[in-house]
Formats: sequence, structure tokens, C-alpha cells
Amino acid sequence: MIGEGIQSTNQRKHSYVNDHVEVGFFTDPSVCIGCKACEVACKEWNQVPDDGFNWSGNSYDNTGHLGASTWRHVMFLEQDRRKGNQITGPMGLPNPIPHSEIQNPQSDMSAVALAEAEDPFRWVFLSDVCKHCEEAGCLEACPTGSIVRTEVGSVLVQNDVCNGCGYCVVSCPFGVIDRRPEPLHDAGGAFKCTFCYDRQKSGLVPACAKVCPTESIVFGRLDDLRARGAERVQQLQQGGYSDAQLYDPTETSVRGIHAFFLILGEPEAYGLPPKPQVPTIYLKSAWISAFATAIASVIAALLAFAFFS
Amino acid sequence: MTSNSPSEKRLEELREQAWKDGVVPGKGVDVAGGPIPRQPGYYSQPVVKPPVWTWEIPLYFFVGGLGGMSAVIASAALSFHHLNLARAALWLAAAGAFLSPILLIMDLGRPRLFINMLRVFKPQSAMSMGVWILVLFSTCAVPGLIALELLALHLFTGTMDQLLNIAAGILTFGSAFFGTLLATYTGVLIGATAIPAWFLHRVFLPIHFGTAGLGSAAALLELLGHRIAALNALGYYAAAVESALLIWLSIDKHGVADRAIHEHGSGWLIRIGEILTGPLALVLRLFGQVPFAAISFLVGALVSRFGWIAVGKVSGSDPESVFAAERL
Repeated sequence: MIGEGIQSTNQRKHSYVNDHVEVGFFTDPSVCIGCKACEVACKEWNQVPDDGFNWSGNSYDNTGHLGASTWRHVMFLEQDRRKGNQITGPMGLPNPIPHSEIQNPQSDMSAVALAEAEDPFRWVFLSDVCKHCEEAGCLEACPTGSIVRTEVGSVLVQNDVCNGCGYCVVSCPFGVIDRRPEPLHDAGGAFKCTFCYDRQKSGLVPACAKVCPTESIVFGRLDDLRARGAERVQQLQQGGYSDAQLYDPTETSVRGIHAFFLILGEPEAYGLPPKPQVPTIYLKSAWISAFATAIASVIAALLAFAFFS
Repeated sequence: MTSNSPSEKRLEELREQAWKDGVVPGKGVDVAGGPIPRQPGYYSQPVVKPPVWTWEIPLYFFVGGLGGMSAVIASAALSFHHLNLARAALWLAAAGAFLSPILLIMDLGRPRLFINMLRVFKPQSAMSMGVWILVLFSTCAVPGLIALELLALHLFTGTMDQLLNIAAGILTFGSAFFGTLLATYTGVLIGATAIPAWFLHRVFLPIHFGTAGLGSAAALLELLGHRIAALNALGYYAAAVESALLIWLSIDKHGVADRAIHEHGSGWLIRIGEILTGPLALVLRLFGQVPFAAISFLVGALVSRFGWIAVGKVSGSDPESVFAAERL
């Protein structure tokens, strides 16, 4: 946490891999400044190839979305909504609305007039990453055993095993993992965030968390982070951010994510699915349908030959 | 932006007012096309990833379905002593067993590592199950065909001939068992994913793929000259089921969640495919135009497979569909 200096979990050495401790990322947009140092550090450490310098026109976000060559993605949300106790209203300086009038709804200025005068605006930055699901769609779908669960509970793609079948791509409820296209380095395989497993094995902190200047990305023990996240939400709500909430879908079949987020507003605005499901829950009904069709086809064939020959 | 646009005019008014009163009340200008997203989601970016599969996969669905269900016809024919038909059907099954892995390996991002598919046996992965189904199907269909052909040549007599007969029977029935799964598992494969248009039809897809496989197998055998009543009956069965599926698909709508099927152009591939395999094949058969019915069914079965993959790409790229499917 900020202020802890080298005692912060983002800076000190650890032995989570040896101790088999579940780790996580807690990403907090309320302190993110949108510097994209995490994107750069991730690319540099993991030697992720560039995936095009495209101009999106979407605020300052020219990265777009997570993919085979984008493992951290800083979102830039521009919303016509109020941020916490932000004072919004007419921009003219000579005759501003006194602070007391906004604080006190009984004042002369009616709520309607205030609402009409409002021109709320907020800019939210959130660094998106692979969620390292408790029940991971990609891990369940992988037919080669290339995708594994590590000692620290993260989901890892073993690049040398992956043959690029592409089934994990459609099985991720968050649209994280993707197959890397030609002519990029290591094309053909599926790629996503490794949780810097190589760094973690050496007791180092993942590159994105290490460089984050405001500790918007916090790396640490999952249980500690969950407690810290809940505390931060409470703190923000008391500070007027009434729409602050944790994004950690523990109620769905995904059963929680190891890289969870604090968000302001609805998850949809961040391109996060409100109720993500691991696709294996659809297997039962689909297989029953397949077996029924198989049996029906055999019976049809036998009957056809029995009665028409 | 031209100077006489409404927002430009409003800006002029605001400047005027600011000059006169020193303060501007009310809202400013709404920047059309500005960075504030007007649609749900993050700048219309996809929430899930659309499939990366190319033409090899839908073609494999067709070939695998046809080959797998051919083995079913082969064993039914063998049970009722149509040896020639059984041979022809098992040739199709073996051709399917030969072509399917080629198509699948061609689609891999790293074809040379295809053998890694056989590292694990994973019931919770439809892809892994499909690989093993295909392996076991091929192990039955190809030796089964060899046994049947040797039997047809009457090379051996006595015990050897009997042994061959038993082996051909077991292998043909084995290939039929794995063949039915080969034709239907593909529906499970795309039904158990995060793509809304697919998982919302996870019960529909195996029925459609399996029945289309059975109808295609019967149709191709008819076109190869095996014009017997049993295959015609199977043609009727498949066309009737496909007609029912067409009705089901047009009733079973999920609004925005599966709009790729009902509102997007690629949905027409599915509907055209269903019309060709369903009502059209049925009517042509009723009028005795069996070869045309067979061609109609084969083309429909192929077009529909391409349609389902195309729809998956559209549906996976549509963030609103994902949100809507989760709210259902």
C-alpha cells in the first residue's frame, strides 16, 4: 500500500511459490493515473511483441482490449457521471455556486436547478488483466494440458505445449486469451498474462505491480487483498463514491477471480461481463442432447433397414 | 464539422452569453462521436473473443458428421445383409476418418504439435473428447473397411473367413458407436463455449449436426448409386427432423442475446442451410426427385455448418449480446 515504502507487498521479496500461497492482484481505479507503466513493464519483461500502433479515437486508449500480445490494458472511461463528491456545474468563475449550497439541499438553489446546471464528467482509469479464475474456462477447455494451475493459484499457458487449437479462445468468459497471429514472434500459440510466474518463482513481484507508481495494482496474498479490497470500497463509499463496488464474481460458476477489481459503476462499462459463467456448466445439457441424437440416429437407421428392405 | 451545425450554433450562444453575463448556466455541448460511449460496454469492444477458426473447422464438421453417420448406415446395412452398401458406407466412413484429422491439423496454429492432443484425456473438455472419439473412430473404421473388403474378395475359407467376418462385424459396429459421437460431439464443442449464439443453442446444435450428418451420409450413398428404400426412408427422417429444427430455431429467439442468428446476414446461412436440408429436401423426396433431394440436403448441411461458425464470430464480437445473455 502507498506509504509503506519498501515494506509494501509490491516491493518486498516473497516466497509464495515455495510456500504454495494463493496470490492475487487487486486493481483499484480510484488511484490509477492512467500512465500505462504496467502495460510497458509487462511488454518489456515478458518480451511481448507489439501488436500494431493503431489510433482508436477512444479517449487515450489506443490499446483496445486484452489479447495474445496485450496482457495488461489500461482502460480510459469517459463518463458523463459524477465522481464521488466532485463538484460539477457551470464553469463560469465569477458567480460560482457556493459550496454550502451544494452541501445543503435546503438552500435557495433547488435540486432541479442544480441538476440542470450540472455537467458532470469523470475520467476513470482501470488496468485490466487476466482474471486467473477460480474455475477457469480456458484451463478446462485446453485439450493438450498446456494450460495449468500453478502453486500460487494462477492460470498459466505452457507455450511449448500449446498447439494453437483455439478452443481456449472461445471458452474464456472474459475474452482474455487469444491466438497470436502471423507474422508475430511465437505465432500460432495461445497467449495471456502469466502472472509473471517466472518472476514469482524467484521471489519477485509481477512486473506490472512492481512499476505501478500509485499502487493502483497491488500484488499480494489473495486473502489479504480481498480484505483490503472490501476496506477500500467502504472507505470510498464513505467518501461519496456511492457506486464503488468490488468486481469479483464469486456467486457465479466462475467462483471468484484471483485478479479482482474495484470498479466505479456497473461492470458493463468496463467491458466486464456482469455474470460470467465457466462454459463447462453447459456440457451436461449439450452431451445429453448429443447422446439422445446418437441413439435416435441408430434407431432410425435400424428401423429404416428393417422395414424398407 | 461545419460552422452551421447545431452544436456549433449552441457554442456560439454560450460564448455570447459568457461575454454578456460572465457566467454560463446549463449544459454545454454534447460532443457527438466524442469519447463518451453511447452504447453499453467499453467503446463497443468485444467482451468475449470471437472464434479464430477458419474454413477447415466447418468443413470438418461436415466431413466428420458425414463419415461418422456413414458408419451407422454401414452397420445397419451389415445387420440386414446388404454387404455392398455396407462396403460403400464404410468407404465413406474411412474417407471421413482420413480427411478429418488433416482438416483439424491444418487449422491448428502450430500444426507440428498436433500430437500434444494425445497427452491428456479430459472429460470436461469437449475438444479433448472429440480428439479421442476421432482416434477411436479411425481405429475402427479403417481396419473395418479392410476386413470387409477382404471378406468381399472371398480370399479365405473356413475358420479364417469366419474370424474375418467376426472382426468386420465388431469393427463396423465399433465405428458406428464412435461415429454417432463424432457426428454429434461437434455440437457440444461449440455449445459449451462463452459465445452467446452458440451456448444458447447447446441443445439444438448436437441434434442438428448429428441429423445433418445422418442425412448427408444417406444422400451421398444415394448419389453414388445405392437407390434403396431404406436410404430413402433415412432421407425422409433427416429432412423431417431438420424441418422441425427450422421451426424450433425461428421460435426459440433470445432477443439481443442471439441476434447474430436472427438479425445479422450470417444467420441467413443457417436458415438457407436449414431450408435446403429440411422442407426443400422433404418436398423433393415427396415428388420422387431423390437425386435433387440428396444434393439439396448435402449443400444445406455444408452451408449450415459454415453459417454456425460465421454466426459465432459475429456473436462473439458483439458485447451487447454477451451482456443480454447473462441477464436472461
